[in-house]
Amino acid sequence: MTSDTEPLVKIRGLRFFRGERAIFDGVDIDITRGSITAIMGPSGTGKTTLLKLISGQLRPQGGTIEVNGQNIHQLSRRALYRLRIRMGMLFQSGALLTDVSVFDNVAYPLQEHAHLPPSMIRKLVMLKLEAVGLRGARDLMPSALSGGMARRVALARAIALDPMMIMYDEPFTGQDPISLGVLVQLIRALNDASRLTSIIVSHDVQETTEIADYIYVISDGRVIDHGPPDAMMHSDAPWTGQFMRGLANGPVPFHYPAPGLEQDLLGA
Amino acid sequence: MLEQLARLGRVGISILAHIGRGNILLFHILGGIGDIVVRPRLLIQQLYSVGVLSMLIISVSGTFVGMVLALQGYYTLSQFGAEQSLGVVVAASLVRELGPVVAALLFAGRAGSALTAEIGLMKATEQLSGLEMMAVDPIRRILTPRFLAGVISMPLLAALFSALGIMGGYFVGVGLLGVDDGAFWSQMQSKIDLHEDIYNGVIKSFVFGWICSWIALFQGYDAVPTSEGVSRATTRTVVHSSLAVLGIDFILTALMFGG
Ligand SMILES: Nc1ncnc2c1ncn2[C@@H]1O[C@H](COP(=O)(O)OP(=O)(O)O)[C@@H](O)[C@H]1O
Ligand SMILES: [Mg+2]
Repeated sequence: MTSDTEPLVKIRGLRFFRGERAIFDGVDIDITRGSITAIMGPSGTGKTTLLKLISGQLRPQGGTIEVNGQNIHQLSRRALYRLRIRMGMLFQSGALLTDVSVFDNVAYPLQEHAHLPPSMIRKLVMLKLEAVGLRGARDLMPSALSGGMARRVALARAIALDPMMIMYDEPFTGQDPISLGVLVQLIRALNDASRLTSIIVSHDVQETTEIADYIYVISDGRVIDHGPPDAMMHSDAPWTGQFMRGLANGPVPFHYPAPGLEQDLLGA
Repeated sequence: MLEQLARLGRVGISILAHIGRGNILLFHILGGIGDIVVRPRLLIQQLYSVGVLSMLIISVSGTFVGMVLALQGYYTLSQFGAEQSLGVVVAASLVRELGPVVAALLFAGRAGSALTAEIGLMKATEQLSGLEMMAVDPIRRILTPRFLAGVISMPLLAALFSALGIMGGYFVGVGLLGVDDGAFWSQMQSKIDLHEDIYNGVIKSFVFGWICSWIALFQGYDAVPTSEGVSRATTRTVVHSSLAVLGIDFILTALMFGG
């Protein structure tokens, strides 16, 4: 059906509007199999929206998104759900079910879809929790976890069904340096160990360049640059340079459009 | 002038869109009933949190309402020398009217607001999206059992309300005001009609359970996913449910007893 050299996710001419506002206006992105692809851009550019479009939770006004050769937005509900079993997603908040324990959260997708005996499910859950270093936390409730731990539990849940791809929404935001390091290693290890395809959406330049194989930068509804991390860091394109090196001055203004400061301070 | 017409039109369209989304959600919820047969545990958990946990407030309120009815009824009836009919007055008011209506209002405040807050928070914390991504339909898995639990609990809660109301009325009427014990019960027994009074009351509370659960779940599911959005949605649930219950009660009463 699809060859191994075809990209796993192929986005062509994507257009998506919120009301009048164009979030995406003609975006083309390829996600190579087995790689870690980062999609970067300032807050509010629509990175989370892009992940929701790829997973079929939102429907675009134009363009196509193919995942593993299937046009996501033309699938029946049943086929979409079948495909989602093979896509993991790590939400920004973790999105754990708050009324059941860590163990039950990780077991949930297995109980829903794997049709395995309970003893087998238990073993799988232990392995997944071990992979994120939280086997000992299995009986805790999500409210007892720190933000970093919750995200690792969510990661264990996302890989419970051994998906072909994982989408990470801002995995590095709000992590302390230790859990940050752990997470970066974990994402890399998961990707390399199980021939996973990873999509990371982030605005944290440093961590992302450290881990990504390929980077897309989006702004104002368009892909403004893409390439391997090294090339991006040393890019001569003014916008890319400003974003990747975190400068306040450049084509993207730090200030929201406003009248002169004197006018606001001294004016009536 | 044109400006105002356009604004009116926009408001009208947004109300219609709201109702449309509500109906789509209801169909989707009803579509999940088959799943409940496979997983009855989901329903049982919700019967507990929606129904059983509402029993205390329903019982206490029912008792007090029955006691007040007996007091008020006694003074009115005694002016016509008809104190012995107190049992009928208390029972008829409760079974036909106050049981279903007040129980529904309490249900909207106790269980409805909790449902809205729960679903709204699940939306705000991305738990609903999380289920979607695990290829689990959150409407069928989360909303359908809550809806069914509401529809099943409401008539039972209304019956509990009426039963305890009658006990309260008995305590005040017979115990404190000296109405004849035998007359209280025998008049009630002969005058309360199974079809006319009891069935109609059950139909009412079934309709109210349907409406209150539907409003609560829709408001939660449609809430703006922020803490402010959820708190507004919770308020809307109580306001809309109360108005809907009172309005529909008038229509149902006119249809049932008006002719
Ligand atoms: N449910 C929604 N309704 C309306 N606007 C939204 C909604 N979700 C996001 N937006 C808007 O879409 C834009 C992109 O949001 P998002 O994808 O969350 O950005 P990012 O993840 O890049 O920070 C933002 O301006 C946001 O305000
Ligand atoms: Mg985001």
